[in-house]
Amino acid sequence: MSTVAFFAIAIFTLAAALAAASFSKLIHAALCLALAFIGIAAFYFSLGAEFVGLAQVFIYVGAVAVLIVFTILLTRRESDAPVQFKWSGAVVALAVFAGLIWAIFKSPLPGGAAPAVAPLTVKQIGESLMTSYVWPLQCVGLLLTGALIGAVVLVMDEKP
Amino acid sequence: MNDLAMATTPTLTHFLVISAALFSIGLLAALSRRHAIYILIGVEMLLAAANLNFIAFWRYGAPSPQPTGVMIALFSIAIAAAEAAVGLALVIAVYRHYRTTNVDQFTSMKG
Repeated sequence: MSTVAFFAIAIFTLAAALAAASFSKLIHAALCLALAFIGIAAFYFSLGAEFVGLAQVFIYVGAVAVLIVFTILLTRRESDAPVQFKWSGAVVALAVFAGLIWAIFKSPLPGGAAPAVAPLTVKQIGESLMTSYVWPLQCVGLLLTGALIGAVVLVMDEKP
Repeated sequence: MNDLAMATTPTLTHFLVISAALFSIGLLAALSRRHAIYILIGVEMLLAAANLNFIAFWRYGAPSPQPTGVMIALFSIAIAAAEAAVGLALVIAVYRHYRTTNVDQFTSMKG
């Protein structure tokens, strides 16, 4: 992966994420969030995790972003004032960023380019999911079923 | 020119810095607005930053026969999807009750 591509994706992702955090119109923030997710998926592709990148695009951009937009439209009122910005949050975020950067540069990390490895195939991922990770897979299936039923129950109209 | 490009090939540190920045931006979105949907957007960004770290460590770490980092990222994406579904359903349910999505006004359980 070339440096130019890395910095292009990085600038795109961080700009979209910052826009999502700073736009005071909620619907614009949600659409910028979808752009940031596309940038993160591009990082996954560049790191050789194509399957995760595709899953990211399908699930986050395809489902989660659309879900957020639907919720915004369902809870929108004309009288809503624009959401105010609290600067205390920015201070905490900057402090956390400084702490993380300090930790990253203090840690003994492997330098240099990524080691050359055979590309990860979908067949390998499927075999791992069905052998070593079969219990987590079942648990995630159960969790998703529970979450779906729970979400429907939460928004169901209560019958008098 | 070629030497410069070789010297600045993205390393693990580059990805960690990007991930830290994304995490902080998510925290900023979650903390600086008193609005339930902004908070959910921020939490989604935090989870995405964590996933980016998993994938970066998997790629730059010692090669292993099991793609553990990829697996954790996949499960984490599934859990984030479940979290978004339930969280947004909660926002709609609370909105029906209070007619607002400002978290400062959800005060019935305040002591």
